[in-house]
Amino acid sequence: MDDVLKIAGREIRSRFLLGTGKFPSHTVMRDTIVASGSHIVTVAVRRVDPDAGSENMLEYVPSGCILMPNTSGARNADEAVRIARLARAMGCGDWIKIEVISDNRYLLPDNAETIRATDILAKEGFVVMPYMNPDLMDARRLRDAGAASVMPLGAPIGTNKGLRMREMISILIEEMDLPVVVDAGIGLPSQAAESMEIGADAVLVNTAVATAKDPARIARAFAMAIQAGREAYLAGPGSIKKYAEASSPLTGFLR
Amino acid sequence: MSFFETIERYRDFDFADAIGRAGEADIARALSAERPGPEDFLALLSPAAEGRLEDMARKSQEITLRQFGRVIQLYAPLYISNYCVNECAYCGFRQGTQIPRMKLTMEEIEREARIIAATGIRHILVLTGESRRESPVSYIGESIELLREHFSSVSAEVYPVDEPEYAELVASGLDGLTIYQETYDENVYDALHRGPKRDYRWRLDAPERACAAHVRTVGVGALLGLADWRRDAFLTGLHAAWLQDRFPEIEVSVSLPRLQPQEGHYTSPHEVGDKELVQIMCAFRLFIPRAGITVSTRERGYMRDNLVGLGVTRMSAGSHTEVGGYAQGPRTTGQFEIADHRSVEEVSAMIYSRGYQPVFKDWQNL
Ligand code: SF4
Repeated sequence: MDDVLKIAGREIRSRFLLGTGKFPSHTVMRDTIVASGSHIVTVAVRRVDPDAGSENMLEYVPSGCILMPNTSGARNADEAVRIARLARAMGCGDWIKIEVISDNRYLLPDNAETIRATDILAKEGFVVMPYMNPDLMDARRLRDAGAASVMPLGAPIGTNKGLRMREMISILIEEMDLPVVVDAGIGLPSQAAESMEIGADAVLVNTAVATAKDPARIARAFAMAIQAGREAYLAGPGSIKKYAEASSPLTGFLR
Repeated sequence: MSFFETIERYRDFDFADAIGRAGEADIARALSAERPGPEDFLALLSPAAEGRLEDMARKSQEITLRQFGRVIQLYAPLYISNYCVNECAYCGFRQGTQIPRMKLTMEEIEREARIIAATGIRHILVLTGESRRESPVSYIGESIELLREHFSSVSAEVYPVDEPEYAELVASGLDGLTIYQETYDENVYDALHRGPKRDYRWRLDAPERACAAHVRTVGVGALLGLADWRRDAFLTGLHAAWLQDRFPEIEVSVSLPRLQPQEGHYTSPHEVGDKELVQIMCAFRLFIPRAGITVSTRERGYMRDNLVGLGVTRMSAGSHTEVGGYAQGPRTTGQFEIADHRSVEEVSAMIYSRGYQPVFKDWQNL
């Protein structure tokens, strides 16, 4: 059986999504994307300068990648919507990662505003990937608003603390019929593997890769860990979705 | 609510005593705290912490990397007017100095803007002296409107105005406000300033008025060396933390300009050494990990090169502090002596050589 991640009807070649902020240079970023094998890369619209010529970071994103601009810096839904539209106008395509952060001290996503932005942008035909606090009810609201996936944080952005929200994310994985992408807080390949083992569909990493001594090398390590975690999930008892199972192989004899 | 209440709480606080009493245990605790509090911050600013400077630097570097990555954001200052009605003892623009006074017309501002934008800079800081007659809020607003056509972020460092006026500037396209208290020591403040700037409280509350008017970023700081710098650095950090608490949606940054030994024929009574500057920067980073830290071209190249990676997140480059300085070169005297004369390109190359990326654009006009 093929194990392919699909988002918004597209087959995604890698379950490792890469963020492009914080790199020491555009060339290191490009080499790292290549090494990671990532198919989806996210780029902050605030950093994109189409007038910068060879300094324009978009020039360094390999052509086979799906560009997922993000709304970093947006403090409310309206700003996120404006940034998304700008991204589209810049030629960045229809994918958008919504990041609405109204608290600069902890960089926690504002779910209510994120839902509002998702609602508006999905209606405008965007493929909306919202970064969120892992709350089941909000995840459902995002789905109803038209999100293509949900992206719960593993831990606050830039903390490298790992899968601190494990229990809440497990619930999302269990309950949601949308892809669940663990985003933010993943500091080590082992933590990425753990996210995959519990059944996440993909993992997005930025800080831990961009600020490593050898970004390309750690990107390869993450790619392997994510693949290993996926294999483990598919191989283990966790591979059977409780409600998807038609028969009862263990208790079917009680009849 | 005002940060003034915090200042008042510290009015009778014996800084010298508290700082003198900070010992190794306090510094060790501050270094290992997940969220250092004001006492920890004070310990990190103490003379005793000097012995742990390398540890502070290591931690500061690690936090900065995680929070901001391997990037340094660049900006350029643009002085549009040097008319000033104040007498700040340490300033080259003060009313009493015999320098040619001028303010740029919109055409001249546009010319400066083109020159700066051609270097790749996308963040601009516009500055004026204090003269409501020569550089009224309407003039500043008009300049901002013009500059936003050339830059993706326009900040201002101008005399304090009231909340509706800040709102007016925000409507013109103002993105950020920088306003330094110069010194938080009210007595010293009073002694060094003549003119409307003498109103300590009006200036102190300016950042919060700007936040209430919805600027996106706000920067505070003290001109280190005017008064006891440990106390000023401590209150700067508290001010930034207070703003973060009260306005969580706003990006807060601090700056640590130090008074040059001789400035405007004014001699610093509390000189800040290089080692001490590094100590202050690291203490800031540990106490307010998410705050931006700005270093201008006041600092000489050698210091700036070595501060990259320690905690700084924003630097000016290729700066001119004379009115019209980008187009004409110095026609008037600058506000302060520039110590790092390198071009934007040279500063970029330096940042790359240290394993960091110079970032020209980090915001988007909305
Ligand atoms: S510091 Fe500012 S207000 Fe004071 S004299 Fe100089 S320009 Fe005027």
